[in-house]
Amino acid sequence: MIAELTKTVEPLKITDPILNIDGFYFFYGNKEALHNISLVIPRKRVTAFIGPSGCGKSTLLRCFNRMNDLIEGIRVSGTIRLDGEDINAPDVDVIQLRRRVGMVFQKYNPFPKSIYENVVYGLRIAGVKNRTILDETVEKSLRAAALWDEVKDRLRESALRLSGGQMQRLCIARAIAVQPDIILMDEPCSALDPIATSHIEDLMDELKQEYTVIIVTHNMQQAARVSDYTAFLYLGELIEFDETNKMFTAPAKKQTQDYITGRFG
Amino acid sequence: MIREQSSERVSLPRQRVRSTTGEPMVWLTAMGLTIGLVMVVYLIGLIIVNGLAAFWPERVAQIELREGSKAGINEARQLAGKIVKTQQKPVQGDGTRDQREWQVMVGNKEVYGFGFKYLDYADIAKVSYPMDIMLIARLEYGDAIGTPVDLQIKGAGTIPATDVEFPSRLQSLVTEVTQRREAIKRIEQQDVGRINAKMDALRLQQRALERSQQPGTSVPAAQLQPLQNAMAALQAEYEVLARRASELRSQQNDHVLTYRLITGEDRRLALGKIVHVSFPNQLSIWQRLGLFLHNLWVFLSEEPREANTEGGVFPAIFGTFVMTLLMSLAVTPFGVLAALYLREYAKQGLIVRTVRIAVNNLAGVPSIVFGVFGLGFFVYLVGGTLDHLFFPTALPTPTFGTGGIMWAALTLALMTVPVVIVATEEALAAVPRGTREGSLACGASKWQTIQRVVLPAAAPGILTGLILAMARGAGEVAPLMLVGVVKLAPTFPVDSLFPFVHLDRKFMHLGFHIYDLGFQSPDADAAQPMVFATTLLLIMLIVLLNVGAIWVRDRLRKKYAMGAF
Repeated sequence: MIAELTKTVEPLKITDPILNIDGFYFFYGNKEALHNISLVIPRKRVTAFIGPSGCGKSTLLRCFNRMNDLIEGIRVSGTIRLDGEDINAPDVDVIQLRRRVGMVFQKYNPFPKSIYENVVYGLRIAGVKNRTILDETVEKSLRAAALWDEVKDRLRESALRLSGGQMQRLCIARAIAVQPDIILMDEPCSALDPIATSHIEDLMDELKQEYTVIIVTHNMQQAARVSDYTAFLYLGELIEFDETNKMFTAPAKKQTQDYITGRFG
Repeated sequence: MIREQSSERVSLPRQRVRSTTGEPMVWLTAMGLTIGLVMVVYLIGLIIVNGLAAFWPERVAQIELREGSKAGINEARQLAGKIVKTQQKPVQGDGTRDQREWQVMVGNKEVYGFGFKYLDYADIAKVSYPMDIMLIARLEYGDAIGTPVDLQIKGAGTIPATDVEFPSRLQSLVTEVTQRREAIKRIEQQDVGRINAKMDALRLQQRALERSQQPGTSVPAAQLQPLQNAMAALQAEYEVLARRASELRSQQNDHVLTYRLITGEDRRLALGKIVHVSFPNQLSIWQRLGLFLHNLWVFLSEEPREANTEGGVFPAIFGTFVMTLLMSLAVTPFGVLAALYLREYAKQGLIVRTVRIAVNNLAGVPSIVFGVFGLGFFVYLVGGTLDHLFFPTALPTPTFGTGGIMWAALTLALMTVPVVIVATEEALAAVPRGTREGSLACGASKWQTIQRVVLPAAAPGILTGLILAMARGAGEVAPLMLVGVVKLAPTFPVDSLFPFVHLDRKFMHLGFHIYDLGFQSPDADAAQPMVFATTLLLIMLIVLLNVGAIWVRDRLRKKYAMGAF
């Protein structure tokens, strides 16, 4: 589908890309889920993927750390380059990739272990045993996730005793403990109440100092609040990708405008 | 559309119809549950009452028989014994006479030829409970019942029963005799046992040397000499111990107790043959309670006597416990690893489904079939091969080529593995997908995810499977009879001789003990209380195992706080 243009398009200049997606197709068996996606994700910025249900934003997000590999019968073509290297090449170590590209899920999933053990999980499986390093990482990550003050006295308690918002921040701390380059967030606030949501949104602002954040969200207003760049997807195609304030005030495509103003979706 | 059809609307009944409320079903299901519960409670209650009654010290009655009654032993006018059972005579009565009868335990089996006697109510003239009647538990021939006459102490003369010091002297001497018996047992089982083990090893070495010689030549003296020297030294040690043991044995016969039976004759008994003496009619309720607890303790901690009808069942408890432990150790890794592969790694398709069906059906195979398989495969094939490879010098006496605790544990492990596999698979499937994805997203490999996150979270469910497996395995008897259980085992499978755990030894088992007591005992009446007591013990042991495992599972559940298990 070719969307109508509402104004002339100036090509978007991203000076420091971290991810280059080029002519990317994704198939669940015979069903095409993503069609010819070409996109550049800027480094150390928050990029949001918006679009109605079933448009493929979560699918695209999960391609970045190859979590879709868990599903049987998928097929990809085209390239996704992380710092220039194709992540779908046959010789790529998926485990290394997932350490560089971390993920926070829609439903928070802390392990049934202590808070401490949750945060250092990524380090332990990478083989880090030094107690000092582990302790320091725990404090640093929990501070960065704005959770340190709330849990510093109960690091050995079970993580499952935290509130929903705290558990999601714990998952964020767990993701950043391994110092990834990119943090993927798949609708991180959809299971949380508004106060917890606002905590996480504030967090994203700080996170982008160190990490690139890509967030999928159903909530347009959230995308407008937190992101620097926004991509609008519809039925598996990338309709528009632009700086957030430009996209939400003066979108180039009519379809984007219809979605943003609530005509459909 | 509804508006168009409003005139044709069916009118629903205003009041609730009985059959739709489901009340009859509530009654029906409640009744089913009640019947089941009542049966279980009745069974457990019966076992508890009869089992505990075996230990409760009953009074000994003196029964005077009517004139002309032929019921006495050797035409005596009186009988003495414990009243064990009251029942209706299993014969057709004419309705006039009292058809009740008593079963009386009269003891003194070596004199009367029997230990129990049935007595018609009609023959009883008077029943009394004299204070001076004595109950003697002996090493042989069961209990003796009689009145004491005197006590002959070596080097200190004779004390008549009327003497005020008689009871205390008797008890102290019985204690002395019991301690000496323990000392003899220690010498014979531990010390001599150690020497025997060493001598066996030397003998095997000698045999190995002889076998490695060319046919026709003999072993050079230089090789043989050190072995023979060692054996001679051990033999000398043995002689010293044997002499000490026989010294102690003869001391056991130093003192003699004389007692009079109710039929009038006097009997003499060396104190060394006495296990316990009591005056049952003199005991207060507290003394009875003390004696009851003492009997319980003896039951749990001592070895059986008299073809398992007297004494304790400790070897059977120990054997059951060790075998269940070995079985659990064998079944857990097999079951968990198999379930892990089926659920996590295998490509889900026709083959995996077939394997799963096969595993489920394995759970339904009769246990005796497992016994036969264990005998053929484990005992003869694997055991025979092990013997050829590692114990050739002992042949033709089999070491592992015969039933033993290891083969029994493995056979039962095979029998209970389907339970563990199914429970583990369910537990693994119950771990939420999000947890697995979270681990993978952190950069964990599949095995790391399983090892660090999935298995700990599935642990409560896996433990459930283990509980079920243990409960099933601990109660099975049929397969054990073929692969290593015996009526009386001379040694324990775990003891203080190297290598401490003897996997090739035969063992005793509580379930088999019950069968043996109930159906293969030479004296069914004497065995009956033991059957109930052993049944009670086995049930309590399994309950204890289950409760312990449930406690561990609850603690794990609290820790991991997730899942349906």
